[in-house]
Amino acid sequence: MRLALGIALLALIALPFATEAMGQPALLSLATRVVIYAIAAASLNFILGYGGMISFGHAAFFGVGAYTVGILFAHSGGDALWGVIPGSTNLLVTLPMAVLLSGLVAAVIGALSLRTNGVQFIMITLAFAQMLFFFFVSLTPYGGEDGIIIRRSNELFGLNMRDKTTLYYVILSVGLVFFAGLSRVVNSSFGAVLQGIRQNERRMAALGFAPYRYKLYAFILAGMGAGLAGALMANFLRFASPDMMHWTKSGELMIMVILGGVGSFLGPVFGAAAFLVLETFLAGWTENWQLALGIILLVVVLGTKGGIAGLLDRMRGRMK
Amino acid sequence: MSVLRVSHLVKRFGGLIATDDVSLTVEEGEIHALIGPNGAGKSTLINQLCGELAPDAGRVELAGRDVTRLSVPARVAMGLGRTFQVTSLLEDATCRANIAMAVQAREGLNFRIWDRIVARQHLWDQADALLAGTALAERSAVAVQDLSHGERKQLELLVALARKPRILLLDEPMAGLGHVESQEMITRLREVGAQTPMLLVEHDMEAVFALATRISVLVYGRIIASGSVEDIRANPEVREAYLGAEDELC
Amino acid sequence: MILLIEQLLNGLQYGVMLFLLAAGLTLIFGIMGVINLAHGSLFMVGAYAGTYVAGLTGSFWLGLPAALVAAGITGFLVEALVIRRLYARDHLDQVLATFALILIFNQLITLGFGRQPVFTPLPQMFSGSVELLPGLPYPTYRLLIIATGLIVAAGLYILINKTRVGMLVRAGASNRDMVRALGVDIRLLYTVVFGLGALLAGLAGYMIGPISAVQVGMGEQILLATFVVVVVGGVGSIKGAFVAGIGLGVVDTMLRAFLPGLLRGVMQPSDADAIGLGVASMGIYLLMALVLLVRPRGLFSAGH
Repeated sequence: MRLALGIALLALIALPFATEAMGQPALLSLATRVVIYAIAAASLNFILGYGGMISFGHAAFFGVGAYTVGILFAHSGGDALWGVIPGSTNLLVTLPMAVLLSGLVAAVIGALSLRTNGVQFIMITLAFAQMLFFFFVSLTPYGGEDGIIIRRSNELFGLNMRDKTTLYYVILSVGLVFFAGLSRVVNSSFGAVLQGIRQNERRMAALGFAPYRYKLYAFILAGMGAGLAGALMANFLRFASPDMMHWTKSGELMIMVILGGVGSFLGPVFGAAAFLVLETFLAGWTENWQLALGIILLVVVLGTKGGIAGLLDRMRGRMK
Repeated sequence: MSVLRVSHLVKRFGGLIATDDVSLTVEEGEIHALIGPNGAGKSTLINQLCGELAPDAGRVELAGRDVTRLSVPARVAMGLGRTFQVTSLLEDATCRANIAMAVQAREGLNFRIWDRIVARQHLWDQADALLAGTALAERSAVAVQDLSHGERKQLELLVALARKPRILLLDEPMAGLGHVESQEMITRLREVGAQTPMLLVEHDMEAVFALATRISVLVYGRIIASGSVEDIRANPEVREAYLGAEDELC
Repeated sequence: MILLIEQLLNGLQYGVMLFLLAAGLTLIFGIMGVINLAHGSLFMVGAYAGTYVAGLTGSFWLGLPAALVAAGITGFLVEALVIRRLYARDHLDQVLATFALILIFNQLITLGFGRQPVFTPLPQMFSGSVELLPGLPYPTYRLLIIATGLIVAAGLYILINKTRVGMLVRAGASNRDMVRALGVDIRLLYTVVFGLGALLAGLAGYMIGPISAVQVGMGEQILLATFVVVVVGGVGSIKGAFVAGIGLGVVDTMLRAFLPGLLRGVMQPSDADAIGLGVASMGIYLLMALVLLVRPRGLFSAGH
């Protein structure tokens, strides 16, 4: 297992050189998007797979992260937000701010939504995400429906962030740090409680754990992860728009989680890769790629168990 | 001061009275058995005592403090322990992990996201200590979903004990156990009862007569009799409530 | 004042649409325990099938049975091929499988009819307006929609409360397992419920054709509002679907109609319009959040 991870890591580091040698710069772009969506999907997997909370509004936090970068850029020219908060295009400012703000929004949405469960929870998270969507659409000073173009990319220690390769390495580094942190959280005392709550909430309450508090904490952490991904995406596209938080985007994140294997650690990485690769190649192949995607998704949901990660586990089991 | 005091508890579901002005206490050192025919409302009562169900009227006091409006976790933190009639455990986890989780609940420090749960040796040691000497000791690494019914019942008890409760509410711990397992459970419960006061809801009369220091009889949501084992055995109303089950009471 | 009544009626009409969709959806979730995101697709299928036949034959009235039949058959196929496998699954699988269905249906419709919106011809006798009050002409067709919705509501009321099938539906909504244990052929009940939901959706889809564009994705637009209605009304409750549907329909319409205007009094017109529309769009979600805070199971929960 460690060997496989090591090889994968080397491959990821060597990727820009490979794509350049192959003359396929679009592949680097795809890889960058995979890393970003892997972070977003992993944050959703944390509450969905490990925590058992089916949130259909996760894209909202992704959008908040992206807009934080956008709005900070918009005010970086000297005209401060509400006259007091100065803008910034420094990554060391925008990323933490994005994480903080998405965490705050997640705290509010989570505090209200987690008072419900089951289908009500799914619907209320969906509704809150749509509310945010409409809210950002109505923000005409920041582009409204069309979104906000971020003309100046965020700076980081004077690196040339317009260079695709540099940007890739920055995003990859953030991604690796994120997954390292996620690994700690999953294996921590809190992680154990969260997984217990997913398995049997009634039992956990009978043991003395107040499920609401733990779920809320997880929800906030997950929101922060999605916000981080959103901020990275805003840097990558140099663009932020309300479409990033449309409920169908939440659906796509869920698809990535299930394709990769709900509740498995690396599942979201596989899922994000599979989804984006499928989308890219299917779209290149036929205009009706959504039909193919829908059919594939249906087959995966109805026919398989555990997504790609589950498949890999079974294959490894057979090889022993 | 009673460890548990229930005063005039009432619970209605539409037109049905499930709990009809129930009052009882559990004192230090006693094993108070609660018996009654099926449908008497025993589980409804337990759920109200634990906090899963809110009563329509009445009070529940734990060691003198009013807990009637408190949530389940809050009451557990105050020392209330319970076992479920239909075992409710963490299915994917091992026996050892289930017990460790209970210890973890008691020890706290559970919002830490930076430590490593496997490194909290104290939890695992205590789980092992509880398992030692029981039939589950060899099965400690088995996942709960692979355990037999009897083993699950035993685990329910161990998990409840891991929290070191002030009082134990046991909901039919003997349900579904075979003869040998029942005997073992009775022995175990006697040991536990020597240290921790218990409210034992049971159908199995052998266990009740072997363990109880006091018995209350619940029929149609009402306590129709309460007293020592001899009193209850001799009580004509109780015999009538158990129509056709006379041999059980003899 | 006139404007108020007109918008109130518009709200009632929208609310009735929401009710038709929500009634089916709440039963499907309440009785079958399945979250069906593809309900909007049945709405779309009814609209397209009916409009197609209406276009071919030149008659609005012939389009109606076509819409119902198409929606019914599609519903039957969806239930047999997909939904049936989801009864035992958890909500996540149901959400994703039916989400996949949305993608599939949208593409199939695009393949068959293209991306351009299609318009259903209005039937002659309903293409004018009626003078409800002096100075208040109101489109006759919208009155037809309101009337249809109320009649269906009355019909459903009688079905649910006065017939044996309805009794099974109510029982199933409050305790699915008990109904099974009582020996009722649950598969048949499920198929009937799903079919009923599909017919209602198809009806709503076709009826909205003349006043709103029939296009790919129309199902998803109204689906979200429908889910809000189901959650606010209480899962499994037709009464809840009715009250919440009408209520939310009216609130949504009134907010959209009057909020921008009200805001113009305090801010720039362009800002007022943007913010007014934004807040108005959020209106029904805010209402849902409020209701769920006070009654987490919705207004008339059927006992889940």
